[in-house]
Amino acid sequence: MADPVLSIKNLTVEFDTEDGVVHAVTDVSYDLHPGEILGIVGESGSGKSVSVMSMLGLIPQPPGRIAQGEALYKGEDLLKLPKRRLREIRGGEIAMIFQDPMTSLNPVLTIGDQIGEAIKVHNPGTSDAKAEKRTIELLELVGVPSAERRVKQYPHEFSGGMRQRGMIAMAIANNPSVLIADEPTTALDVTIQAQIVEVLKAAQSETHAATILITHDLGLIAELADRVVVMYAGRVVELSDVFALFKQPGHPYTVGLMNSLPRVDIDQARLEPIPGQPPSLVHRPPGCAFHPRCQLSQGRALCRSDIPPLRPFAGGEAAAHSTACHFAEELIALQAGIREAEPVG
Amino acid sequence: MTESSHDALKAGSAGGVSLGSDPVGVPASAGAELSAESGVDLKARSQWSYVRMRFLRHRLAVVSLVVLLLIALVGVFAPQLAPYGYDEINLEATVQKPTLEGWHLFGTDQLGRDYLSRVMFGIRTSLWVAVMVAVLATLIGTIVGAVAGYYAGQVDNLLMRLTDLFLTVPGLAVLLTASVFFGSGDPFKTGIILALLLWTAVARIVRGLFLSLREKEFVEAAKAAGAGDIRIMLRHILPNCVGPIVVFMTLIVAAAILIEAALSFLGFGIQPPNAALGGLIDDGQEQGLETWWLVTFPGLVIVLIALCINFVGDGLRDALDPTQRRVRG
Repeated sequence: MADPVLSIKNLTVEFDTEDGVVHAVTDVSYDLHPGEILGIVGESGSGKSVSVMSMLGLIPQPPGRIAQGEALYKGEDLLKLPKRRLREIRGGEIAMIFQDPMTSLNPVLTIGDQIGEAIKVHNPGTSDAKAEKRTIELLELVGVPSAERRVKQYPHEFSGGMRQRGMIAMAIANNPSVLIADEPTTALDVTIQAQIVEVLKAAQSETHAATILITHDLGLIAELADRVVVMYAGRVVELSDVFALFKQPGHPYTVGLMNSLPRVDIDQARLEPIPGQPPSLVHRPPGCAFHPRCQLSQGRALCRSDIPPLRPFAGGEAAAHSTACHFAEELIALQAGIREAEPVG
Repeated sequence: MTESSHDALKAGSAGGVSLGSDPVGVPASAGAELSAESGVDLKARSQWSYVRMRFLRHRLAVVSLVVLLLIALVGVFAPQLAPYGYDEINLEATVQKPTLEGWHLFGTDQLGRDYLSRVMFGIRTSLWVAVMVAVLATLIGTIVGAVAGYYAGQVDNLLMRLTDLFLTVPGLAVLLTASVFFGSGDPFKTGIILALLLWTAVARIVRGLFLSLREKEFVEAAKAAGAGDIRIMLRHILPNCVGPIVVFMTLIVAAAILIEAALSFLGFGIQPPNAALGGLIDDGQEQGLETWWLVTFPGLVIVLIALCINFVGDGLRDALDPTQRRVRG
């Protein structure tokens, strides 16, 4: 496989708060290869966004603090770059699509102004006319009808789906090599979500940007991602090829996530949520952070004492399937049993 | 972006990757027709056209604006409009009541100067000082407030304590002292001193706005798009503050006129023979109650100007409030 375009190594991000140190991201490592879509899944507060925001210098410091780790982008450590260079990279080589298009666009600037600005920031000296022409092209590319007229409109004159298209147009304006989509469909309703997924797919195939897709929607992952990182309580608990993951999840948390989804292929009386609450990131449970909610652990001492390292998952089909569970292999045997027990629940 | 990638994208949009509204299943042109048929107004309406519409609904504000503009025009064209010069002494027509004779509509003072002319020139001086004060104070206040609010933390602390310092200084005392030091009577100097006293309120308001706006997602998005601090402040945050700043500016104009009048009344403002509205009242009250017209007319003009400005400010505040989106013309 080609060299990763972006490589995050042992990233640890903490926030100092009055209640203590919040361990938002702990010892997270993953690679992003050219052209692939890497999905990052996890519940709210699992550190999905923070891991990405911190490498772009977008978390407030203080209270945030990058305790250790590096984020290598084409050989440069983003965490050590001077501000000026980082600004060139942001929006130029690494672009971001935000979650909520309703609040991520400036209400007092026209859509055209905002996309045009993204172009001009990274290409000083671009004339207004040229920027507007390019903006119109971009808007057409992401499927905004009558783009010539739309560039002159304000965000409040756009619907949610149209705004998100605008955000995507802005993100791909400078042909980034890395595209980060932070829950791009969460704030939209389901029918619009499907359209935006199409736009994202096309934007990705257009720019060939390696994409990080942050979401808690496993359906979106199945639809778009090539590989998946599953995060829980600030750590990577599973890392896998997307097909291998859905075929045989290698972590009880992933199993829980899948069981909490509605499925059309089996008859379910009710959905099965993961019991309990996500752990406090200030006082994480000792050992495996998931053990208090884990149905596999059964209170075993190892789960409570030792933090499971990320290791190759023996049951996985793909070579690149890792899990951070002491007893992941038991899942293979259990899987069939859980499936059968499901309708009873 | 390089020229070649630019072309590639263009080719993409024109050719195979027909993303253009495909998810909707309607070609772009058909989409436009559709919305036209269904009566959806797609006309691009700028923020300012909404503001204008809402302002025009505010009757009192519109009337006030017209009155204010008339007064301002009288001030600007005082040299052309005034029947007499502001320091033209006519010892044959001293202390006259308002009369049609010789067109002394506002009467004359003890030196026979036509008071209508003096009031006209007074408007000219007072308004120009007030506008200068408002612009200067707003400028200083906006810069200080923006920097404090945007950078927050220590910078904010420092600048706000500085602002507090200016706020604790008793304004009138400073003005009186300063006019002794720098000499009084020069409208320009008076204006600068007033501005140095009045910027603090603007700074506080702008700081508050910046503090809340810097946390907005569109600011984060702008940062993620690679915009620098100055650009974010000027282009992304400041336009969101225009409403409150403009409203406050109108209030400063009113305040400056009143303070300047008070100052002149105490004899420390703009000095005769220069005419300023406050100074005219001061001149008038020295003559006693007999010559009521010398106090009344400039006083009425001050009240009229201050009232109108406040009404206009009110109207602007309502018009610029972006939460009032319902008004459709």
